[in-house]
Amino acid sequence: MLSNAAITPSTLSVKDLPWQILWNKDKCTLCGKCTAVCPVNAIESGVFRKRIVRTSLEQGATQSSDHSIFYGIRQKTDPAYSCVGCAMCSLVCPNDAIIPVRSDEADKLRFHINRGGRPRTRGGRRNVSGSLLDQIKFIRISMLTDPALDAGRHEFELRTLLGRILSPEENLKFVEENGWIPPVREIYPLIIGGMSFGALSPSMWEGLQMGVAYLNEELGMPVRISTGEGGCPPRLLRSRFLKYVILQIASGYFGWDEIIHSIPEMKVDPCAIEIKYGQGAKPGDGGLLMWHKVNSLIAAIRGVPSGISLPSPPTHQTQYSIEESVAKMIQSMYMAWGFRVPVYPKISGTSTALAVLNNLTRNPYAAGLAIDGEDGGTGAAYNVSMNHMGHPVASNIRDCYLNLVKVGMQNEIPLFAAGGVGKTGNLAANAAALIMLGASGVQVGKYLMEAAAGCLGSESDRCNICNIGLCPKGITSQDPRLYRRLDPEQVAQRIVDVFISFDIELKKIVAPLGRSTSLPIGMSDALGINDKGAAERLNIKYVV
Amino acid sequence: MCRLIALTSEEPLSPMIALRALDVMREGHDGSGVGLLLRDLAGPFENMKNAPILSGIFSEKGLKRLDRFMMDVGFMTKYRISVKPPKTPPPGVPRRDVYLVRAYEYPEEWENLSSVELYSRLLILRLELQRMGEEKGDMIIFSFWPDTIMIKEIGEPLELAEHLNVDRMDLGARVIMAQGRQNTNYEINLYACHPFFIQGFSTMTNGENTAFIPIREYLMSRGFQGYTGYQSDSEVFTHILHYTLSQLGLSIETYKHVITPLQDEDLKKHPDYQFLKQLKHSCRKLIIDGPNCVIGCLPDHSLFMAQDRKKLRPGVVGGREGLFCFCSEICGLDSAIPDRDKSRDFQPMHFDTVIVGPDRKEAEICCQTQQLPRPH
Repeated sequence: MLSNAAITPSTLSVKDLPWQILWNKDKCTLCGKCTAVCPVNAIESGVFRKRIVRTSLEQGATQSSDHSIFYGIRQKTDPAYSCVGCAMCSLVCPNDAIIPVRSDEADKLRFHINRGGRPRTRGGRRNVSGSLLDQIKFIRISMLTDPALDAGRHEFELRTLLGRILSPEENLKFVEENGWIPPVREIYPLIIGGMSFGALSPSMWEGLQMGVAYLNEELGMPVRISTGEGGCPPRLLRSRFLKYVILQIASGYFGWDEIIHSIPEMKVDPCAIEIKYGQGAKPGDGGLLMWHKVNSLIAAIRGVPSGISLPSPPTHQTQYSIEESVAKMIQSMYMAWGFRVPVYPKISGTSTALAVLNNLTRNPYAAGLAIDGEDGGTGAAYNVSMNHMGHPVASNIRDCYLNLVKVGMQNEIPLFAAGGVGKTGNLAANAAALIMLGASGVQVGKYLMEAAAGCLGSESDRCNICNIGLCPKGITSQDPRLYRRLDPEQVAQRIVDVFISFDIELKKIVAPLGRSTSLPIGMSDALGINDKGAAERLNIKYVV
Repeated sequence: MCRLIALTSEEPLSPMIALRALDVMREGHDGSGVGLLLRDLAGPFENMKNAPILSGIFSEKGLKRLDRFMMDVGFMTKYRISVKPPKTPPPGVPRRDVYLVRAYEYPEEWENLSSVELYSRLLILRLELQRMGEEKGDMIIFSFWPDTIMIKEIGEPLELAEHLNVDRMDLGARVIMAQGRQNTNYEINLYACHPFFIQGFSTMTNGENTAFIPIREYLMSRGFQGYTGYQSDSEVFTHILHYTLSQLGLSIETYKHVITPLQDEDLKKHPDYQFLKQLKHSCRKLIIDGPNCVIGCLPDHSLFMAQDRKKLRPGVVGGREGLFCFCSEICGLDSAIPDRDKSRDFQPMHFDTVIVGPDRKEAEICCQTQQLPRPH
């Protein structure tokens, strides 16, 4: 740009962007791979003008001032094309000649990504690094009085229950009288949380499902996966693998026409039905599948026209009060499968979670409550919702658990925690902390995208373009050119790796605490934290 | 660790047998507490089987408060043994004014109560007395129940016996439970000393209960007044026993299925699979997760021993018809019943519950994989 050229309020320099592309002219072969791979066209091949001045102190030597040009990579500064830091350019560069680097100060771009009055939407998590869960330590180590167990060789039964469990008195009475006992599933405490077919690419979905099938059928780990709100492929609905699947119904009811119609043809019952009322990443907001991703396949499964955005309403349209409609919805779902399938609601973390829970305790059908905290991930949401809305999951789960303890129903309504579990990579430690705070299990989504498919998104706002279908790894894209990059078989293999290593780590946590016979739900005496306020709030030990 | 011994005998025994056996096993405890439970009493208590007996430690003031309180409720003393120990106790033993065992006559208006109501009132009264004692620090109440005496104190078992003159007391019993305690995690508190007792059910435990907090929370939320205290993580075993048998109406063979249920593979092969699966689900919060060896006594004076799934704690049962001993170690068993057929000693493993019924004929070994007894 000329130094006296006109500028607009949104005219930015490279320095003003969150990511700066460092490009090394000496190494660059000008192969063009980086510009081809960039999902947001942030870089282009450029022609650069260069002046070379040659002077000499020798008398009579030739002096020159030449202008030449060279070719290279230029970073665009238009906000619409700003670099997202995914570093796919680095990945494909044969000579390591290019890399995006985070700006050394807060960017100016953030003030300009609302062109046309449309606020920023994106995927990923809330852009806050760190996690309270990481600060929780396991302090009740079994020493001489009760020897720590051998995590590698001792036997463990680390299963959890999903379903409404009756009180011992009621249960025995119903056993005797042949009464109806609510269905209860014995499952692995790490659940793959709802990521819809549509939000995820076909390759990713297939990989997840294959991984889950392998874990169940070859390794005997009863891992379950939620479909998210996007329906379920017809062949899966009619297969024996459906028993590993939790079907999610949410406010858009996408795909439920297909599901309901396939009930008579189902070979097995699904694991459970999850009614989504909220999502931690965008509490109080509905699902949002943008038109970029609604191709004919997705449209067919969801039962909608293709090429249109699919914003689900923030709440179920049939709902005007929790007392009636949630109870009715739970009951209708039970009825659809002959009262053989547990049905539970999932809500976003909120200070009103206790009110929801108290209602569920009085509903004899509610099979659990999943709470998704503020650190949960999403495929698409408004930036403001992700960064500023929501409730941390730890205190929400703890409050709910202690409330159940107060009414004596801590074994009857299992709580599932989600949202930022493993956010910083410490999946087993975070999961164990939540379980000891009172969760019966945890749900993870984003972690698996990162670990099983190489998702590049981060809480430093790297990549996070899941919403527009341009996922450079093919995880959240519906463009075959992109999702062909992802091999479902390899995703499945990574899923298996993740679950096996999680299982080993979980044992490495519970064995030193002397626990092996049952999952240590609510074993809060094992927890400590170096933060007085948090210790008091969570009712665990303050340790320094 | 702690060391435990329980005896059941047709002929009344002196508690000294149990205390001597504890002394033999002294490598396993440190004198931080001795607990003694006597049931099916002989001697002066033989003819007052239904009279509730209060056992505890009192200061002079506490004793006066007790008298006033019990008079007000309408209880009259029927018989008592009180020990005023020498002024200088052995090292490690606190100075006390009075150790009291006192049998009462029920107030007139209690006489026609149903047993359920009576037992409930006795429990409430004991809790009230404990509360009064904790308030002023002048009473420690161990039990208030018919045909039951309980003494607990800090110190070495034999030194304490001498200090309290146990040998010369007229204390004979057909069921004796005793524990020598190794104080580990918690400050020394006599309410943390085993055995624990609630409405005729008693247990003592070797080992630490790693699932203590969730179990305590669960028991306390059952809405039963007696599920309180928990100065020791082992008190929950007594209350789980009470809950299983008294509240749920299940048999002693089922107790082990509650505290340490079969793993899924074994469960599927069990003849009572459907029932046990339901029990495992609904009593999930009562799974103890060990490592523990539990020795207990039921209201009908049956004794039992159960190991948890890990079987990391010692425990042996031996004896002969009419006399059986449940003990932490074989040396303790040898001390208590030297003349027995040692080849018939049995060390229960992770599936086993050993039960000696009130007839004391034989030690029945109940394996968890066996079919449960059918209701008659």
